[in-house]
Amino acid sequence: MTTIAVVSAGLSEPSSTRLLADRLAAAVQREAQAEVRVINLREHAHDIADNLLTGFPPPALRTAIDTVVEADALIAVSPIFNASYSGLFKSFFDVLEPDSLAGKPVLLGATGGTARHSLALEHALRPMFAYLRATVAPTAVFAATEDWGGDDQGLADRVASAGRELADLVNGKPSRPRPNGFDDPIPFEQLLGRGELTRPAD
Amino acid sequence: MQFGIFTVGDVTTDPTTGTTPTEAERIQGMVTIALKAEEVGLDVFATGEHHNPPFVPSSPTTMLGYVAARTERLILSTSTTLITTNDPVKIAEDFAMLQHLAGGRVDLMMGRGNTGPVYPWFGKDIRDGIDLAIENYALLRGLWREDVVDWEGRFRTPLRSFTSTPRPLDGVPPFVWHGSIRSPEIAEQAAYYGDGFFANNIFWPREHFIRLVNLYRARFEHYGHGKAEQAIVGLGGQVFMRKNSQDAVREFRPYFDNAPVYGHGPSLEDFTDQTPLTVGSPQEVIDKTLTFRDSFGDYQRQLFLVDHAGLPLKTVLEQLDLLGEEVIPVLRKEFAALRPANVPEAPTHQSLLAASTVQAAR
Repeated sequence: MTTIAVVSAGLSEPSSTRLLADRLAAAVQREAQAEVRVINLREHAHDIADNLLTGFPPPALRTAIDTVVEADALIAVSPIFNASYSGLFKSFFDVLEPDSLAGKPVLLGATGGTARHSLALEHALRPMFAYLRATVAPTAVFAATEDWGGDDQGLADRVASAGRELADLVNGKPSRPRPNGFDDPIPFEQLLGRGELTRPAD
Repeated sequence: MQFGIFTVGDVTTDPTTGTTPTEAERIQGMVTIALKAEEVGLDVFATGEHHNPPFVPSSPTTMLGYVAARTERLILSTSTTLITTNDPVKIAEDFAMLQHLAGGRVDLMMGRGNTGPVYPWFGKDIRDGIDLAIENYALLRGLWREDVVDWEGRFRTPLRSFTSTPRPLDGVPPFVWHGSIRSPEIAEQAAYYGDGFFANNIFWPREHFIRLVNLYRARFEHYGHGKAEQAIVGLGGQVFMRKNSQDAVREFRPYFDNAPVYGHGPSLEDFTDQTPLTVGSPQEVIDKTLTFRDSFGDYQRQLFLVDHAGLPLKTVLEQLDLLGEEVIPVLRKEFAALRPANVPEAPTHQSLLAASTVQAAR
């Protein structure tokens, strides 16, 4: 079964960030058979700070990280603070092992008071996931407070497009296990040979 | 099984008094701790190597040579010797010299060092860390085993007709451990040569180290040095003890809360649950240490960290008394009773000399 991890960095409860995350997940599920696993970063805030200090995740955070790393796709949604993702959102991705998200299909979302903050998705979130070598869906979805009311279908349309894009990425791309130096160690002769001249000259 | 202590050699302010030892006090303190280790019946003293404040032990063989002169029985080791930034020629010479001075009571542990700026200070690049560890160690082995070496490599001036002096004591190079906290390549290296592998087993959950030790054991067997369970494994551990468990927790908490590496993060209770740290009574230390065998298999060397985070020297010496009187005698007996006959002890100069004599007679 395909799994989709949803990371929501919303801080209040209930949270509009979580609401957007759920809408995005539902949109993907309309297009792809997938099980959704939601991670509310608020619940892991202390563990994330501890991990930054100690270098390892406590058990509950370990489980959350494994969920993200092992998922076939990721939906990542942050509130926009000071023109960028929230510190908690960034810190969660900072404690992942390098290459954890390489090649993973990712759908981005963000929330804020007004649409004036919407381009933070493009100048802050998208470059970070590009750096992490994730495969980011072309449409990133911003929801301002006004999007949750009124007659405008804009948000619903954007959510639907983004959901289709992530579903296409997931459906078109069988997941493959990442290489791991423990299950498949590099033989030592090969390590020695990397230097070419490392052996004593005959 | 060997028991001992390993020290980082940090100069850290005591958070309960605000006093910071001078370098002179810390260096003399480390020596006092080493001498005490022999006095209370421990087998091994190992010092770290660092080239940046707040650490003092930049010159391990100088310190170990001094300790050698004032001890009779203690095995002198390192935790770790930087195989990346030290010249392997100088490591070969320094530790052969130390072997002669210490009557063979010497082994050493290779490590890469994870402080980025140290590499350029020694003309190296941390991005070459693994390749440096592999090339430098291959040369080091050659220097100890061949009287005349012709060699060229990527990282150092070629050697033509070079003889490292003094030659190893009795023609037997010191036993080598390889320490790593995350690199499968180093477990592979230790396995390839049939050397020891040391997992520092502090500050991180033991699961993290188990996969390194398991890889090392499997590859040790793969390279034909013996069965996986016969591989030579060393483990660290971190303890703080008082007779009464609650006293230990109360006394250690301010040191824990302010410690370098993990301070200001998780609670002492969470950290003792999640990592090999034990804060409690001697019996609790015994119980926790015995569980290491369940996680890692029968192993040959157990080193404890007892002197960091600004703990006063007097307190550290009391820890050593408790280790020597109440913990180690029980652990020796328990581990010995559990160890199968086919699992070897850690190699020593005497055992390696005996083995080389047998080899030569064949």
